[in-house]
Amino acid sequence: MAQYICVRKNAYHDSVSLMTLTNELKKSDEIEDAVVSMATDMNKELAENIGFISDDIQSAGPNDLLIALRCPDEEACERMVVRVDELLQSKKKKAAKSKEATYRSIHQANDDDADLNMAVISVAGDYAAREVNAALDCGMNVMLFSDNVSVEDEVAFKNKAHELGLLVMGPDCGTAIIDGVGLCFANDVRRGSIGIVAASGTGLQEVSVIIDRLGGGISQAIGTGGRDLSAPVGGMMMLDGISKLEDDEDTSVIVLVSKPPVPEVAEKVLHAVEQCTKPVVVCFIADEAHRGGDGIVFARSLEDAAIQAVALSKGEDAPSSGKSVYPVAEEARRFAGKLSANQKSIRALYCGGTLAAEALFEMSKVRDGVVSNVAKKAHQKMSDPFVSTGDTIVDLGDDVFTKGRPHPMIDPSIRCDRIVAEAMDESVGVILLDFELGFGSNADPVGATIEAIEQAQKIAGEQGRHMAFVGYVLGTDRDYQDYQKQCAMLEEAGVLIAQSNLNAVETALAIVGA
Amino acid sequence: MGLFADGIKPLNVGTSIFRDDIVRQGVACAHVDWKPVAGGDARLVAALDALGNREDVAQANAKAVELIKAAHPVLVGIDHARNVIPGMTDKTILHAGPPIAYENMCGPMKGAIMGALVYEGLAETPEEANELALSGEIEFSPCHEHHAVGPMSGVVSPSMPVHIVENKTHGNRSFATVNEGLGKVLRFGANSQEVIDRLKCIEEEFMPVMRKAIEACGGIDLKSTTAQALNMGDECHNRNKAATALLVRELSVRFMEIDVDPQAAKKALSFICDNEHYFLNLSMPACKCSLESAQGVANSTLVTVMARNGVEFGIKVAGLAGDTWFTGPAQMVQGLMFPGFTEEDAAPDLGDSAITETMGIGGFAMAAAPSIVQFVGGSVPDAIAFSEQMYEITESENPSYSLPVLDFRGAATGIDVMKVVETGILPVINTGIAHRVAGVGQVGAGIVHPPMECFEKALLACTEAFM
Repeated sequence: MAQYICVRKNAYHDSVSLMTLTNELKKSDEIEDAVVSMATDMNKELAENIGFISDDIQSAGPNDLLIALRCPDEEACERMVVRVDELLQSKKKKAAKSKEATYRSIHQANDDDADLNMAVISVAGDYAAREVNAALDCGMNVMLFSDNVSVEDEVAFKNKAHELGLLVMGPDCGTAIIDGVGLCFANDVRRGSIGIVAASGTGLQEVSVIIDRLGGGISQAIGTGGRDLSAPVGGMMMLDGISKLEDDEDTSVIVLVSKPPVPEVAEKVLHAVEQCTKPVVVCFIADEAHRGGDGIVFARSLEDAAIQAVALSKGEDAPSSGKSVYPVAEEARRFAGKLSANQKSIRALYCGGTLAAEALFEMSKVRDGVVSNVAKKAHQKMSDPFVSTGDTIVDLGDDVFTKGRPHPMIDPSIRCDRIVAEAMDESVGVILLDFELGFGSNADPVGATIEAIEQAQKIAGEQGRHMAFVGYVLGTDRDYQDYQKQCAMLEEAGVLIAQSNLNAVETALAIVGA
Repeated sequence: MGLFADGIKPLNVGTSIFRDDIVRQGVACAHVDWKPVAGGDARLVAALDALGNREDVAQANAKAVELIKAAHPVLVGIDHARNVIPGMTDKTILHAGPPIAYENMCGPMKGAIMGALVYEGLAETPEEANELALSGEIEFSPCHEHHAVGPMSGVVSPSMPVHIVENKTHGNRSFATVNEGLGKVLRFGANSQEVIDRLKCIEEEFMPVMRKAIEACGGIDLKSTTAQALNMGDECHNRNKAATALLVRELSVRFMEIDVDPQAAKKALSFICDNEHYFLNLSMPACKCSLESAQGVANSTLVTVMARNGVEFGIKVAGLAGDTWFTGPAQMVQGLMFPGFTEEDAAPDLGDSAITETMGIGGFAMAAAPSIVQFVGGSVPDAIAFSEQMYEITESENPSYSLPVLDFRGAATGIDVMKVVETGILPVINTGIAHRVAGVGQVGAGIVHPPMECFEKALLACTEAFM
């Protein structure tokens, strides 16, 4: 048996709080007896009655705090003194507020609820790095939607995240699905065993939606941000993502989606893929360089990546032809017949940047002179993104269109004027449009565009032409915008519906007679 | 099992669209109502990052707040200002707030100074006193530069009796005059004969009796009185009813015991009993001498003084030299005006009483004083919200000063310049409103904040000084 007696001079505490504290203290098995109270005459007598006798207690006054403990041994005494201090100091915070709580800062949120583990950050780029660091300091993973973050900052916080074993998806990361929850722009896809790491937002969406349609499901979809595979960043998050999926019990197949990285980074990533025990499908969009390899399946399109992944998840093989598995609709021929001999041009007006890049790659395989504002090769670049010539693929998410405006996936109406303008060009035979459904996207993207389509058809009609439209609705049956309804609106307006982006490109080509 | 053992727990920082879409998936999502840190001012953000990452600054602040919390103020005596206040000469007049020249002072402060000069016998009339004040013969100095504090105009002249409060833990002392009561009183700038007579009475009749009473009880523990008063509905700035009652309880028997004329003892005790703000002039020096124990802690960014002179609001910082003030314009108090007065009548924020908020009571402890909430123009939930918000800008909480409504959580203590600038949350101050014309008195009460400028200037100065 050990005893501890201490008088703290002039440490006033409310008597009720001290009684509560003593009760709390006595719940411990290590306490035989305890008096924690102000040293009033009555309390001193009480202490004496249960055997706490000392000169210190005798000389203590009513403004002094008396702590007297009896425990099985010295160590227990020491532990209990620490416990008394904890209880005296305890920050009596309100019980954790509802999880819908609103805070002023990441630190404040973390102080209130230390279980928060994923910060979705969309503040202006100038301020983003500071918030990312705050989130990492609080032990949170980060989905960084913000763009205009410097490469130096990206390298610094990704290094920090790597050290801490946390993810930083982004900057400029538009899509992720973590533990079944879609973050920013994500479709409502089935959960399953296919894990995706993608440096491309609409690329990830396209792959995940087709996987869903083929009966597969997504375990995790990790975005990395478009610049992750650049030389300075070196694919840090892609590599960490691969390792997370390799370790994830729920993931049986891994899919990588990205524009072709610089060679040294590609090498690093492919090396990591080779180390994986799980089958990996690599989809380097618009890439001719990689074809097959040891244990690596190179997909030939986003659609192909989804098909290969679903086959692998079922332990099957799927042939890869480079063509869409969805046949071009019969109506394409009927559409083609209505066009005049001059109507040879395709105008593809995209909201999804990766879809535009894929379209440029596919179309350029069969037609010369296709231009786009997403092109990297000089001869494919548009001289003016606002003016189309010949076969043109426009990414309306390009900064030149979005300055001071929301991205066209949020507000597709910024595409409407362009649709009408293209219809006035008598060389245009077909206009290709994409519509992204899912979280983050516009609540009714087709509805926001349908009037422009009708107006374009009217203008062409008045000039004696028919205007063909191909529409691709990127979405699942569960997306809240109602996939069927969106398609029905397009069909009613005479728009031919494609089943994938690749299928949309092939349909447009069929209509103008590639 | 997913990436996270207990599932994803998202926190949205930025546009609420993404939060709404997470919630749409049936997942709870906390949200940060994000604003650029420090208003997006790159210089301030750089300063915050530089200081915020320094372990020595964090340690200095932890040390400073422990000193403040460990301080133990006790009323030990009462004496003429000239006998006890360092640097007090026969021609010195102390005033509230940061330094200011006489000609630039607000109406109530000028009025109070004229009254004090008449009281000291240095002038016959207020007009003559005004001439003298302008002559340059009188030295004006902030109370705070002499370990003193004064409510409203805060005027202290050499003959005035001042309470002597000693910090028993660290040994330093602070001083404040005796509160004269409400109505036409010197601190609001009144200087009529009635006011002078009352001051004389305090000096000649009250002080000798009070001194004996204090001696008889061997000092009065202000820390414990404040702690109890906070649990009895005071916040010890604008409401001092309970604290004054506790003081009377402590003193009344002593007034009967001491060797003075019973009529004089009765008069002195009645003077305290009739003024429920008597304790304000003990609360203030108690806070002052507690905070002074942190002054000089190198690399600390904690605030040790907030004070106003009716023209400027000034703060001092623990880690910067004691005579450095960071100032901005005094603000107008938002609150309730007494019947017959309008906001036109109000003087800007005035007085050293914001020392209570600096200590973590007053406005910071508004949750403790629901009964004055209406007086300062708010509701009980507002009061609780104010007290809770102050934890966001303070280093610590003081378990000695616990707030029952907040489940006995210790009052938010140790205002950190970095946190104020980072969050944009300004300290909240409960205060009285003086009439802008000298001598009219109190015309209302309400809530006021310091100008952000003080904290921004202080932050930048810390960054420079601590390198």
